[in-house]
Amino acid sequence: MTNDDFLRELHDPDIPVPEGMTSAIAVTSFGKLLNAIYNWGRRNSIWPMSFGLACCAIEMIATASSRFDQARFGMEVLRASPRQADLMIVSGTVTKKMVVPIVRLYNQMAEPKYVLAMGACAIGGGPFKEGYNVVSGIDKYVPVDVYVPGCPPTPQALLHGFMILQKKIDGQSLGNPNSTPWYGRGPSDPVPVPILGPDIIDPRQAHILRRQAEATQAAPDVAEAGDDAEAQV
Amino acid sequence: MTEQVPTVETASATDSALSLLEEKFKNAVRRDDREGYDGLIVDPAKLVEVAAAVRDELGYDYLASAQAVDYLGAGDHLEMVYNLYRTTGGPGLALRAQTPRDTATLPSLVSVWPGADFQEREAWDLMGIRFEGHPNLQRILMWEGFHGHPLRKDWKEAYYEQDQKPFDSRWPDGNVWRSEEHNAYGKNVVYPEGFTLDGYEPVAEDAFYDEANLGVDIRPSDLDTDRIVVSLGPQHPSTHGVFRMIVTLNGETIERLQPVMGYLHRNHDKIGERNTFLQNMPFTDRLDYFCSLSNNFGYAVAVEKLMALGKRWEPPTYRAEVIRVLMAELTRILNHLVAIGFMLNDMGAYFTPLMYAIVERELILDFFEAVTGSRMMCNYFRFGGVAMDLPAQMHSTANLLNERVREFDTMQYLRELINERLPRAIDQTDDLLTTNEILTNRSIGVGVLTREQAIAHSAAGPVLRASGVPYDVRRADPYSIYPDLEFDVAVRDHGDIYDRYLVRVDEMRESVRILKQVLRLLGETEGQPFFSGRGGIYSPRVPAGEAYGRVENPKGELGFFVVSDGGQNPWRYHVRAPSFINLTALETMCKGHKVADVVTILGSIDIVLGELDR
Amino acid sequence: MYGSGILRGLGVTLKHFVNTYLDDIRWGFRRHIPDEAFPIRQGLDTRGVFTVEYPDEKLAMWERFRFIPFLVIENHDHPERPGHDWCTSCGICAKVCPPQCIWIVRGNDPETGRPVPEPQAFYIDIDICMNCGLCAEFCPFDAIKMDHDYELASYDRTSAHIFDKQRLSKEFRYWQSIAPTRAEEEAEARGGWEHKDVLKQKAKEAKAKEN
Repeated sequence: MTNDDFLRELHDPDIPVPEGMTSAIAVTSFGKLLNAIYNWGRRNSIWPMSFGLACCAIEMIATASSRFDQARFGMEVLRASPRQADLMIVSGTVTKKMVVPIVRLYNQMAEPKYVLAMGACAIGGGPFKEGYNVVSGIDKYVPVDVYVPGCPPTPQALLHGFMILQKKIDGQSLGNPNSTPWYGRGPSDPVPVPILGPDIIDPRQAHILRRQAEATQAAPDVAEAGDDAEAQV
Repeated sequence: MTEQVPTVETASATDSALSLLEEKFKNAVRRDDREGYDGLIVDPAKLVEVAAAVRDELGYDYLASAQAVDYLGAGDHLEMVYNLYRTTGGPGLALRAQTPRDTATLPSLVSVWPGADFQEREAWDLMGIRFEGHPNLQRILMWEGFHGHPLRKDWKEAYYEQDQKPFDSRWPDGNVWRSEEHNAYGKNVVYPEGFTLDGYEPVAEDAFYDEANLGVDIRPSDLDTDRIVVSLGPQHPSTHGVFRMIVTLNGETIERLQPVMGYLHRNHDKIGERNTFLQNMPFTDRLDYFCSLSNNFGYAVAVEKLMALGKRWEPPTYRAEVIRVLMAELTRILNHLVAIGFMLNDMGAYFTPLMYAIVERELILDFFEAVTGSRMMCNYFRFGGVAMDLPAQMHSTANLLNERVREFDTMQYLRELINERLPRAIDQTDDLLTTNEILTNRSIGVGVLTREQAIAHSAAGPVLRASGVPYDVRRADPYSIYPDLEFDVAVRDHGDIYDRYLVRVDEMRESVRILKQVLRLLGETEGQPFFSGRGGIYSPRVPAGEAYGRVENPKGELGFFVVSDGGQNPWRYHVRAPSFINLTALETMCKGHKVADVVTILGSIDIVLGELDR
Repeated sequence: MYGSGILRGLGVTLKHFVNTYLDDIRWGFRRHIPDEAFPIRQGLDTRGVFTVEYPDEKLAMWERFRFIPFLVIENHDHPERPGHDWCTSCGICAKVCPPQCIWIVRGNDPETGRPVPEPQAFYIDIDICMNCGLCAEFCPFDAIKMDHDYELASYDRTSAHIFDKQRLSKEFRYWQSIAPTRAEEEAEARGGWEHKDVLKQKAKEAKAKEN
């Protein structure tokens, strides 16, 4: 029996619950009980990575300090090393120069790992979106679990984001390999690290780059006209 | 501006400089006679000699700011502007050197003012001016290998929409779209024509390590040590954000230190040139995000200087200036408390001092939030005043389950804050730290910057004043109502970390002294207008010209260099960031110390990345 | 004396430690202190720990607090124009917006094709919005205001983060409830609680009657 099958079996309710009784019965299988305990433990001990990018990082520090005190959520252990962290709070503008280390840090985090994009900049580039060195959203490079809008989100807004994340963790099930992909499989594929070339290059988009380059070489006039059209919109 | 230096006086400073320099250099120096401009245009061939003469014979020993302007379509040249001041005080002198856009070469002034180092690298990076004789002319904010020089007027970014805001696509037919939908890659990238990945070798990181003599190199001494190269940052708990240093160590001793920045370069200048004058105000909040209100102050001073050139300009009212000073000084206390907290964090006191600082910070932020609407990004100053008057009551309302209401009388709150709470907090910091061995053992005699070095490296703020230079823009080149206020410039002589700490404590006490006077003035000006002229103008008229406005920010001299062509948007908008220029002296301070001291020294400079990288 | 500095420092910490417990005694060890005592704990007289237990007790926002903008519409029980927009789609907010995150489609009369003073569509991309409040400051009709609702965290940005007109619109009484003082000041400046255009219309009618 593989790990996957084992987990699924643990989770599947084998005892059919009669209608009308569902509200009275909380646990139908050992798997569900395990799930609840396991998620309770995980959601109350999220260790964020102490990793500040910009303005939002200051609000993050304010959240961690005495007035808002994220220790009440079991999150006070800010770790400087990605190896010990569960949650990466991307707090601030992600620049093209910085996204390279961020992707590397993300790859170094041990699973299960979560990413919280804090503030308009981390979500979608924010007011600096049009800038030539600004990544329009960290979710273009690493998967994001929770978005917390605001510029900057107040500490209470960030705490709300944490609660939303806890809710997400609560909803994850050991029996469903899609929600807990880190069990029952081999090591996950790292996100390819972008390259700093003439502009930032995402290796995942290399094929588009090649195609565009070929198009430019084949018919430079057409491509140029296309560029102009693009600039006009 | 009520206390602005009259333009006549500035002109005479230029005049006297001109007569002296003309005698010596004949035709190499001439007056800049464009309307709205001031200063001298120097022949690039003679620039270094003229600069040396200006420094040695005229006494302009302090290079405050150096920035390039691209005059595309208005002369088609690039112009490098150097704003010079005397450390004894008084108005400044602007030197200019022009070069054609295609050749773009100027002699480097690093030999005259070492403080020009980073600023020239920035001009090379963003404007593409090559400085001959610069010791290390590499890109500084972007990475090595980046295509183009983005601040040139003909360089366009991937999400380019229009030269100037407001964009036409927003109204009246504003069907929403995301910029990434219009970009082939969706990632805000644009590649040179025909660029392909085949055979491409990135060079971004090579430059740092090429010269660092990577590899083991055992030196003969009592103790055999290896030379190692360590990359500190950008993700490091003690670099105050995303700053990176590449340090070459001999054992544990620093031999060489290269600061690497640009990890938070969010194109403040380029976006600022697209914005209208008013639209830049909220962007300045995000420069030094601890001190958004004093950033507002600097930008307002700069643009008001320009607006004063035109007709129909009324300076800010007295009450507006009082409120501005109130905000700026509260910001200074807030910043210094937190800066000291962070420095102690770097020294190993962990979060304790910082936590106490943040308690006071929260209380000041409550006031900011109640008055301006936001804790950190206040966006409160307007040209000619402030956005809103102080409310009579700091009032909160219950809604959306936010049921915990606070209600304070604003003036009562301020009185208690200034007369009791803040002095107590400063005393407590003093008690906790000044004689504490954790601080003294790690800071006395560490990271020394001598008086001469500090001036030469264009250090500013507490770093400069801890080295024995009593230079404070509030006194040296007064603005706003500072001439009416009584306060002393904090200064110490040793130039080490401990003195920088002491200067900060002294400055907080002086700020409290200023605030007490401001409280009195606030009472006296109660009910007077907080805005001059007509309110509600979102596109103020700014006449063509150039202005360099400077204020004393908690971190040092914050300067805004604004060039207007008479339109709605600044032609050039450049920020002289104290964090950025103070770092020029970082290597000098760190050499010979242990690697553990680097983070402390960095903490004592008090940098903020938003401002450093802009 | 060597070590005296550290002892003094520890003394400061001890003082805070003791203060926290004194504070607890002061409030009778209640986890949530009573409403009337809240400003004391969260004000300048705070001693020791002053944590806000966020989800259970929330700091009410200052009246001037600003987050994402919202559009004011007439109350749904308004006798003459229930649910009508205050916005006249003049486009000043879109022009003054620093990051240009506001998109407006001006309303047109379907029959005559002439512009009508109500927007057909109104979008704000909250991934771009910088909460600066300039739109609210320069709106001549008091039709766009800064909201106090900060609990906007979501799992997906593609669907949830471009606010359309329906999502943005909130009743006028909502604005009155979150910022009563300012609503009153604005009404005074406007000359009444009604929309500026309605007031103008009324003045016109009154004048016509006089004549």
